[in-house]
Amino acid sequence: MEEDLQELEIWLRDALAIADSVLAVEVVRIEALGKKGRLTTLLKTLGRLSPAERARQGETLNAVKQTVLALIETRLAALREAEMEVRLAAERVDITLPARPEPEGCIHPVSRTIDTVAALFGVMGFSIAEGPDIEDDFHNFTALNMPLDHPARQMHDTFYLPKRADGSQFVLRTHTSPVQIRTMRAQKPPIRIIAPGRTYRCDSDMTHTPMFHQVEGLVIDESTHFGHLKGCITEFIHAYFESDTVPVRFRPSFFPFTEPSAEVDIGCSRRGGEMKLGPGGDWLEIMGCGMVHPRVLTACGLDPERWQGFAFGMGVERLAMLKHGIPDLRTFYESDVRWLRHYGFRPFE
Amino acid sequence: MKFTLSWLKEYLATPAPAHEIAEALTLIGLEVESFTAPDPALEEFIVAHVIAMERHPRADRLNVCQVDTGSTLLQVVCGAPNAHVGMKGILARPGVIIPASGERLQKGVIRGVESAGMLCSARELNLGADEAGVIALPAETPVGAKALDVIVFDPVFDVAVTPNRADCLGVRGIARDLAAVGFGVFTPKLAPAVAGAFQSPLRVVRAPEAEALCPLFVGRFIRGVRNGPSPEGVQRRLAAVGLRPISALVDITNLLSLEAARPLHVFDADRLRGESVTVRLAREGESLAALNDKTYPLSAEMLVIADAVGPQALAGLMGGTESACCESTTTVFLESALFDPGCVARAGRALAIESDARHRFERGVDPASAVEGAEWATRLILAWCGGEASSLVIAGAEPAWQRTIPLRAERLYRLTGRALPVTTLHHRLHSLGCTVQRAEGSAVLTVIPPSWRRDLEAEHDLIEEVVRLEGYDQVPAEPLPRQPATAPPPTVPPTWQQRSEVRRTLAARGMLETLTWSFMASNHVALLVADSAARGLMNPISADLDTLRPSLLPNLIRAVRRNAAHDMPDVALFEIGPQFDGMTPGAQKLVVAGVRAGHDGPRHWSKPAQSVDVFDAKADAWAVLTAAGAPLARLQVDAAAPRWYHPGRSGVIRLDATELGWFGEMHPRLARALDVKGPLVGFEIFLEALPPPDRAKPPLKIPPFHPVVRDFAFVVEDCVSAEQVLKAARSADEALIAAVDVFDIYEGLGKGYQSLAVSVTLQPTEKTMTDQEIDAISTRIIDAVIQATGATLRT
Repeated sequence: MEEDLQELEIWLRDALAIADSVLAVEVVRIEALGKKGRLTTLLKTLGRLSPAERARQGETLNAVKQTVLALIETRLAALREAEMEVRLAAERVDITLPARPEPEGCIHPVSRTIDTVAALFGVMGFSIAEGPDIEDDFHNFTALNMPLDHPARQMHDTFYLPKRADGSQFVLRTHTSPVQIRTMRAQKPPIRIIAPGRTYRCDSDMTHTPMFHQVEGLVIDESTHFGHLKGCITEFIHAYFESDTVPVRFRPSFFPFTEPSAEVDIGCSRRGGEMKLGPGGDWLEIMGCGMVHPRVLTACGLDPERWQGFAFGMGVERLAMLKHGIPDLRTFYESDVRWLRHYGFRPFE
Repeated sequence: MKFTLSWLKEYLATPAPAHEIAEALTLIGLEVESFTAPDPALEEFIVAHVIAMERHPRADRLNVCQVDTGSTLLQVVCGAPNAHVGMKGILARPGVIIPASGERLQKGVIRGVESAGMLCSARELNLGADEAGVIALPAETPVGAKALDVIVFDPVFDVAVTPNRADCLGVRGIARDLAAVGFGVFTPKLAPAVAGAFQSPLRVVRAPEAEALCPLFVGRFIRGVRNGPSPEGVQRRLAAVGLRPISALVDITNLLSLEAARPLHVFDADRLRGESVTVRLAREGESLAALNDKTYPLSAEMLVIADAVGPQALAGLMGGTESACCESTTTVFLESALFDPGCVARAGRALAIESDARHRFERGVDPASAVEGAEWATRLILAWCGGEASSLVIAGAEPAWQRTIPLRAERLYRLTGRALPVTTLHHRLHSLGCTVQRAEGSAVLTVIPPSWRRDLEAEHDLIEEVVRLEGYDQVPAEPLPRQPATAPPPTVPPTWQQRSEVRRTLAARGMLETLTWSFMASNHVALLVADSAARGLMNPISADLDTLRPSLLPNLIRAVRRNAAHDMPDVALFEIGPQFDGMTPGAQKLVVAGVRAGHDGPRHWSKPAQSVDVFDAKADAWAVLTAAGAPLARLQVDAAAPRWYHPGRSGVIRLDATELGWFGEMHPRLARALDVKGPLVGFEIFLEALPPPDRAKPPLKIPPFHPVVRDFAFVVEDCVSAEQVLKAARSADEALIAAVDVFDIYEGLGKGYQSLAVSVTLQPTEKTMTDQEIDAISTRIIDAVIQATGATLRT
């Protein structure tokens, strides 16, 4: 019996060694363990043995059977591995092919700039307010201390809508300042708002488009003064341009709806046709601002002896051009997809 | 407002160089937009004397000059036609920087001849235009002198005067403001009165209706004048600021306007008829042939200066040709008057006359300047043209312009945050010409502004003046304090957040955000709405931007067209902005609109590019609605989109009775009108029509039982919509059916019929379903669909 077993194992090892496919291993398995298999035949002889002998031989035979199974399984695993390698080698692709295209949309720099400005002023407690693009004379001019014959009106190149039955005439708002009026008439101070939006002037050349965007700002309470205006605007400019070293200059100017009024300049240098923000001796105008004119407060039903504050207005396109190096204002409205992709922002950028 | 340095210095004694003056002007609110001055680099340039010259051996147009620099002799090749022996010019030597080009001059060899420098033209030195070639200096100019010392150059300033500063529309006012900040010493240069030699034969009359509009009218008759050119210096000065010298009489009026902000007019008195000059309102039907060669029809609210026959000038705007002074004028009637700013502004606007006089009158001419202006002009006329002056004739009187304004030091502190001693306030206002009084120990000043500062009307005006002269840089910047805890928290408009989500969503879907005009062409508007004519602007910038847009799509489609013209036909664009349903402030709607044209992506090896179709637009619309937080389960779609969509390939999205938007293929009529070829789809969603987004998430319950999916194929008539089938299937058991979808459409059944393959997902919540239960619900689904749509089950 033991000789039979030894012979069986030698045979099995040899047979498996030359079995070079899953099928060949199966043939070997049947020859060993099939109904008439060599090991099966040996197992069948157990029945003829005495109980004591059967137990002893049975143990041996079972051990051998486990070995046989393990040898077959090992051989099968090796063959499957080899087969997979062959298959994988055949499945090779050219991984230098371009990947499937992803959508490449972009956000317009004006939207992006307005969002940035809104976020920066949001930190300072400013709400966002909006008003209509079509305005009446009162909100766009009169309440802002620009009565009918005021020369400042001429500087606005206003778009007019047709005369109405009552003789009045709406305009396309020439600035976002009417939102100041709408806000002050609708709510009690303290007020802190910015008002971004479209504005219109009947002007079109290298540096003007008939439509553009402004962000208006307004602070009204009992104590905000010109020093706060300077502090607030300077803080905004430093945050927006991400630089504490950009010089900021307040220079006297005139707007009918503020007094004292100032233009705000930021420092830059111009060398060899290239403009760079920072200290450098040159200045760039960036926004207008001032203390809200008492007549504007009065027009909104606020007592100028009690309420005071500041207002400012800035051009969104200009902010975007300065920060992102966009050279030409007119390109903002051409919808050229090359421009939109180049100067636009990825949705989660 | 332009003026030259020498002109300014007639009023302001200052040693400061031009660029420092320019800086100072800007910092006091008189913004210098430009100024021209000699380049400091000219320090290195010197005067050279051409002592010999011969033709260049190898170039006809070049000469080889021997020049004396005072210390050495140099050979210089020169191409200027005016170069000649004996000429004195300005020499650039190798190493200097040429101002116009910014480049350093090299020693060179020009066509084989060495050149050790360059004789310069005015243009090369940024000193103006070239006249005859290189600069030729007067013969007495010392050889070897520095160019800066010998060039006669008067820097020209161009100042943007803000509308409140009428006083600075004259050189004198600008000098006064500079002196007020301590930048030099101001001399007012007053004009003493001229004694009249005779009575003016012309009287001045104010018609009763004109008295309020012309408080003061001063005239003077001057006879025996000889009109001719102005003195050369005056001509040069006028030319430097952009005015063409005409004749002494005309130049004098321009000079006073520029120098003292005092507009005047001179009539040829021989051409005036009658015995008086009258200020009156124009009569209907009258007209004036004005000095700009245009004839203006006048109306009854316009103020004119008339003789016995008719209007001779538009008050404060422009004179007429009929009585204009010319070369042969020998008798002059001088007008120096005060006109109502509003009256001048209205007439100027109605007639579209922009003149220096209008510019000054509508901003407010010094009410005390009428007599002074007349005397000043008289002196100049007598000096330049000779003649004899009458005594002044005056109608009306100088209006009372004095106003008394109290100024509280405390108020200045409260508005600016800067505490200034009362003495500083006093000093600053005094320097502007204000009369300032102060009661002993009081912190309140009593201020009377000067006649030329009509803009100083109230306390805050004075506060601005003090802070301006002190310098805005002297006001310390302070951080804006935090809002008090009692203040309401910051808010944003209702759709603000939605816009941001929508923008990111569409960009993430591959669309490019753009911004297009709020206007478009009226002929395109007519394709969209019936009342296009009522939506026009009165003064459009151009014919293609003459009407407010009733939809965002046409401008987006035009953008597609422009990109297609650049060979980029596959475009996906969107815009978030207003459309105008009418012409009033409330008629504005906030819209998200998008278009896709051509193919849905670039060609790629992995999949063929597909033409965009209505379902791309529908997907975009749904993406917008999802991002905006719309209640998607409650939305309905039907086919009734407006006429700019393909009637069979478009839809309206509704929430109950409210239209939320539209999507679809663009109508070929619109695409053709806007010249776009190929597939073109779009959508419009009205953000303000959406209910406030409900972003609350109910708690998630994951059922412990497996869902069961069953597929059905229904044969329906073409007129039955997929939505009808899905809705019917869903209705079989709303609780059990978790999802219903169309996964295939088969149209090969013959005319009029199609097969919809529908998958129904059943989600049991209580227990696993038995086969019998599944069969029962399947039967109910089939029955419901058959009942509702007349379908048959495809077998």
